[in-house]
Order: sequence, then C-alpha cells, then structure tokens
Amino acid sequence: MGSYSAIREWADKEVSQQTADKARIVIGLGTCGIAAGGNAILTAAKNTVANNDEIKAKVVSVGCIGICYKEPLLDIEIPGKPRLSYGPVTAGETKRILENVFINNEYEHKKALAVIGEDSFSDIPSWHEVPFFAPQERTVLRNCGFINPEKIEDYIANDGYAGLSRALLDMTPAQVVDETLKAGLRGRGGAGFPAGRKWNIAADNIRALRASQPELDSYGYVICNADEGDPGAFMNRSVLEGDPHSVIEGMTIAGYAIGASFGYIYCRAEYPLAIERLKLALDQAREKNLLGENILETDFSFDIKLKEGAGAFVCGEETALIASIEGLRGMPMPRPPYPAQSGLWGKPTIINNVETLNNVPVILAKGAEAWATKGTEKSKGTKTFALTGKVENTGLIEVELGMSLRKVIYEIGGGIPDGKEFKAAQTGGPSGGCLPKEQLDLPIDYEALAKAGSIMGSGGLVIMDESTCMVDVARYFLTFTQSESCGKCVPCRLGTKRMLEILTRITAGHGKIEDIALLEELAPSIRDSSLCGLGQSAPNPVLTTLKYFRDEYEAHILEGRCPAGQCKALITYSIDPATCTGCMVCMRACPTEAITGARKEIHVLDPELCTRCDTCRQVCKFDAVLVV
Amino acid sequence: MHFLLEVRSETMTATTQSTNGHDRSALIPLLQQVQVEMGYVPKEAITEISKELRVSTSDIFGVLTFYAQFRLKPVGKHMVKICRGTACHVRGAPLIIDAVDDELGLTDGGDTTEDGEFTVEKVACFGACSLAPVMIVDEETKGNITPDQARRMIKKIVKEIAKKAEVANG
Repeated sequence: MGSYSAIREWADKEVSQQTADKARIVIGLGTCGIAAGGNAILTAAKNTVANNDEIKAKVVSVGCIGICYKEPLLDIEIPGKPRLSYGPVTAGETKRILENVFINNEYEHKKALAVIGEDSFSDIPSWHEVPFFAPQERTVLRNCGFINPEKIEDYIANDGYAGLSRALLDMTPAQVVDETLKAGLRGRGGAGFPAGRKWNIAADNIRALRASQPELDSYGYVICNADEGDPGAFMNRSVLEGDPHSVIEGMTIAGYAIGASFGYIYCRAEYPLAIERLKLALDQAREKNLLGENILETDFSFDIKLKEGAGAFVCGEETALIASIEGLRGMPMPRPPYPAQSGLWGKPTIINNVETLNNVPVILAKGAEAWATKGTEKSKGTKTFALTGKVENTGLIEVELGMSLRKVIYEIGGGIPDGKEFKAAQTGGPSGGCLPKEQLDLPIDYEALAKAGSIMGSGGLVIMDESTCMVDVARYFLTFTQSESCGKCVPCRLGTKRMLEILTRITAGHGKIEDIALLEELAPSIRDSSLCGLGQSAPNPVLTTLKYFRDEYEAHILEGRCPAGQCKALITYSIDPATCTGCMVCMRACPTEAITGARKEIHVLDPELCTRCDTCRQVCKFDAVLVV
Repeated sequence: MHFLLEVRSETMTATTQSTNGHDRSALIPLLQQVQVEMGYVPKEAITEISKELRVSTSDIFGVLTFYAQFRLKPVGKHMVKICRGTACHVRGAPLIIDAVDDELGLTDGGDTTEDGEFTVEKVACFGACSLAPVMIVDEETKGNITPDQARRMIKKIVKEIAKKAEVANG
C-alpha cells in the first residue's frame, strides 16, 4: 500500500462497512473493565447474540473510556440510532438489555448512563452533559473507548497517521521540531521539560555525528517511556490499551524530526494487555508501510522495538531506563551528558512519555496554533489524570491545564463519598505532595503545583478524606521510595531509610518532638544532593505533609493520638453498649476471638486480644464499633 | 533447557546492537522468558545464559536481584496478589495484607507458605484503582474487598486443598 490518501480511503471503506450494515455491541475491556468483570459481560453478549437469530450485531471490545466507577460498561450502537451506554451491568442484565433492545425494540432507560453522539432520548443525558464528562476536554483520550484498538483502520479513519503524513510529505525535520516548539508541548512524564527543546538538542547532535562518522548503522534513538510506575496512576496504560497507534505515530514523527531511524517502547511488564496491543499495532503499521522502510513512499525509514521492563520504579528515570535497555542494572547516571547528547549505546537519544508522544500527531495534523488554544500561558494543552481514592467518581479523566483542583474533585469527581470531609489531594505520586483544602482553588499547571510544594507528575491524583492519616501517607510513600531506591548514591539510599525510620517511629507512637526538626533537616539535604529524580523528589510527601498537616504529626508525638484513627498502635477498638444489638455478627467475624457476648446481649471487646484488623467495624450494620 | 536456544535466536535477531555476536541487551528478555517458562529463574539457567552471552554469573545475579520481577525460588501453587497502590492504601490495603498474611501464617516476612501452596505478592499497583482495595487470587479479581472477605477467599482454597488431599489418601 502506498500513499496516505490510498490508505485513508481503504480505512474509511473498512470502517463504513463495519458500521453500516451491522449494529455494534461495545464493551470496554481495559484492565479496569476486565477487573470489574468485563470479560463475563463480553461472554454474555456473545452468547446472547449467538442464541438469538433476531439480534444482528457485532460484539466488539474497546479500550477504557474513563468512567471506571461505572464499569463494567455495555454500549449499544444501532445504525441510525444514538449509541447508548449502560453501566454497571451484570451478565444477566446484559442478556436482558440486549434482548429488550434488539428483539422488543425497547431501550431500558433506567439503567442507561448516557447517550454518546446525537441526543435523541429526552430522559437520558448526552455524555457531554454527564457531570463526570462535562468539564473534560479530550485530546489525549480522543480515541480511547471509541475505536477498536486492535484495528488500524479505526485509528486511520479518525485522522490517524494524518500528522505523520503531513510531517513527512510537507515539512522538513527542522520544521517539525519548530512546530512542536511553537505548540509549547511540555513533557507529560512529570518534569515538564519542553519536548521541542529536547528534540532540537538531539537533532543537532545527530547531525554532527552524521557529519563526522558517515558510515554508522544508527545515529540516534527515540524512546517512549511507558514504564508508568507511580502507584495510583494508570493514564499511560489506558492510552496504550485504548489507542496504541497514537504513540507509534508520535514516535515516528519524533524520529523524523531528530533524524533517528530506530525507536524503543519501554513498557512495564505489569501491563500485559498494553504490550499485546502494542505488538499487534506495530505489526499492522509495518504492514501498511507506516513503519519500516521508506514510510509512505518517502526516503524516511523508521522501526520500533518493544522492550518489557522488569519491575524497577527507578527505570522511569531516563538514564536508568537506558541502562535497563542495554541489559544492565537500571541505575541512573549523572547528567550531563544528557541522553539527547549521549544516550542509548552512546548515541543521541530522546526519551518522551507516552502522553507527550500521543499529543504529537494532533499538533502535526491540526497545527501548533490550534493545539495550543487550550491550557495556560506556560502550560499548554490538556492533561490526563487518574482520579482515585476517596472520591465519588473514580476514573481516567482529561482536563484543560489551568482548571482548579476544586472543579476536578467536586464537579468531575462528584465530591467525597459518605458525607466525609475532604482532607488532601495527592499529585505526582511518590515524587509529589499532598495539597490541603486551602489549595483547592489552585490551577492545575506546572508552576502552580511546584510552588505549592508538589509536582504535576505523570497524572496520579489521589483524593484523601478525614479518615486518611497524613503521617501514615508520608510513611507509605517513603516505604515505596526507600524500597525502590537503587542504592547508587548515598543521600537517597541512606536518607530515605532514615526518614522512613523516623516516620515509622511516629506512627508507632514512639516519636519524639525533635523528630520533626530532624525530618526538616534531612529532607532538603536529600532533595539537593541525590543523583536522580527519585531521590530528589522523595522528600516531597514528607515536606508537604509537614507544611500543611503539622498538627497531625504533633498529635501523634505529643498526645499519642492518630486523629484519623488509622495508626494501629495509637487506636483502640471498643463496642458502644448504647448501639450494640447483640447480633453476634462481629463476634463470629473476629479472627482473634477478642469479642465475647451472646445473642441479644451487649458484646464486649477485649483490647488485649484485639489486633485492630477493622473487621468488626466493617461488618457491623449498626455502627456500634468505636475507634478512638 | 532446550527452550533457551530458541528464545535466544529469536531475541538476538530482533535486536539491532550486538558486539561479537554476544548481545548484552538480550540478557533481560532471556531471563524474562525463562521465568515465563519455569515460574522462576533456576541456577542452571543462569549458568547457561552466562555461557551464551559471555556475561559473568555474578553480573547476571546482580541484574536478577535488582529487578523486582525476577524470582530465584519456585512460587506456590496458588498466587495471591494484593495491590498496595496509593488508592488501595488509603482504602485499607494494609488491613487486607495483614489479614492474608495472618491467615496463611506468613508473619516472618516470607512470601511463600512452607507447604508450597501459596505465594503472596504485594504489587505496586494494578491500575484498577476505582475498585480499591483489590486482591487477585489465581485468576479471580476481587475489588472493594474487606479483610473478612479476603480471609474467606483464602479459607475456601485451603478447604479445597484439604479435600483433595483426603481424596488422594483414600
């Protein structure tokens, strides 16, 4: 297959054939959908279709649309009618809904979430009106949940590879770099370094290398950093699972811009579905001459190889990632030289995050100006977030940069569940910080978050309520960074260990008031003297919790009290005689037989035997278990 | 280990960089392949790979112990994975971990039961944060799990194992 227009024509034809004659039953099978039971829905849908001759529909699976709290989802799309989304559904409901819609021609409005596309049901909102989606702006997630990620024609028919075509046919590599610079695209992996500037440095170095050594096989590399390791973050995974071609296209454009002919995708091994879909997408792209030799009949050749990570958080750091691809222990190197000067196998290398690369085709297809209309002056475009924790609507979201945290948490997230009070928003994972309610009106942009002591990070956004202990959260992140520290530099290796010891001591009730000063002394030294980003940012959770939630530290140390009721050593369980009905449920559930009593007699909890496993409180229907 | 040679040729041809036919960058993919086949990386595999790639066994050991994915001991027959991502943590994952460790008698920091039936793995993040806390037992994923439910899941398998043993012993 040759030119882009021929490929596009083929894709449009394929897609219109798919949709014209047959209805589609669409099931979201991202990792989250599968975890919520999506496979059972898929089986139920397939069985229902197979058992009913009257149902003429194709069952397809798509990536994650983002509305995780309503998973598993079932979408029905009949030619000439709007696409209707149902969720959460069970296997039984799937069968019933499908039979009702296709055989009895009755849409079940009660179970419906939203109409995707043109609104034609007055009692069901369009998805743009659903509070979870309304404030969102979908550029990165443009295809997620809409196209079949296993079919290249779906991607192409939605303007896929148009950016690559424009870059290769109408622009010089230098113009492509300029376009990216002009857009103001900043690295979405966390640090926010302008992508165009990185590309520019690499392009210069590759040009120089080519001039001095004209006979080399390879002059430089493009690496896609898909080693998304922050706990509580799954934005990149959803993009890779739901729209793998967008990343491949972005990498190919980057390769053309800097003059590289080879790329690597370094993907977490914990993302088997993403890996599987990437492999398939790479094969399809090669088959359509969108990857490989003489792409789109031009002189430009570029190919991509997939590398699986092996479970080391530090490999998200670019020099450590390079070491890992080379088959070494994934330990970072001092910079400079930066990878754009001397990277993989000593060649100039650019390393961009999945989301950064996913934006590139849009910039090239629509132009830098059109792309840059969204966002703030210094933070252009949109950003995806994994909105999780103590928030009503959890899921994958994408917002225009500059939106306030309050809007994200209360409008998209629907606020805090169970009538509890908001306490903190955690951004940037183990490298970020916890922002209190005084910071709720903070605009989400790189500078504002940094000023507040946190970072943009890759997009984890974990909401915490009054029952979350902030000292315990700091300890949690330090446990993580301490165990993931590679051990190469002393400040990180020993510093995180010492900080963790102090935090553990405080949560165990053995803290001293001097510990706070000690943490405040250790944290800046570790931040300023560690070799790589892991150590430099590891103190952030401690510094921000000390800054905004100092009273919680003091309550642990001075009063021996955990205000959130989380730290096991500082809390006691008891049964409220006024509300206990003597139903024996907690008594039977208690694994240590710490609760005694008889039917209709008030139960008693022995604090000596109690392990504070919280089982009794969770099983009690009358809220009779007290934690102080 | 016949599979090693097949894996090697496949891995080697796919990489672009090689020096004298001994491609260092094939090391991690090779070890991963061994682990997929055997569930862990046995000593013999290390020796064999060392010869193939001309990388010292101590160097390979260094790589193996650096990456969390690799195991040097066989795993239990039943895999219990508990997520300890941030969302799971704030929604009670530590209580799930305590409950499962206690139920299986894994209190000394080990991850596999003495009878070789269970291995408990604490995973950084499954990415199923909306279902937090999450636990996966063999193929079954359970979201919004409570310590009590976690114990029941383990107890159910323990019971099945005992039943099987009874049948086997007549």
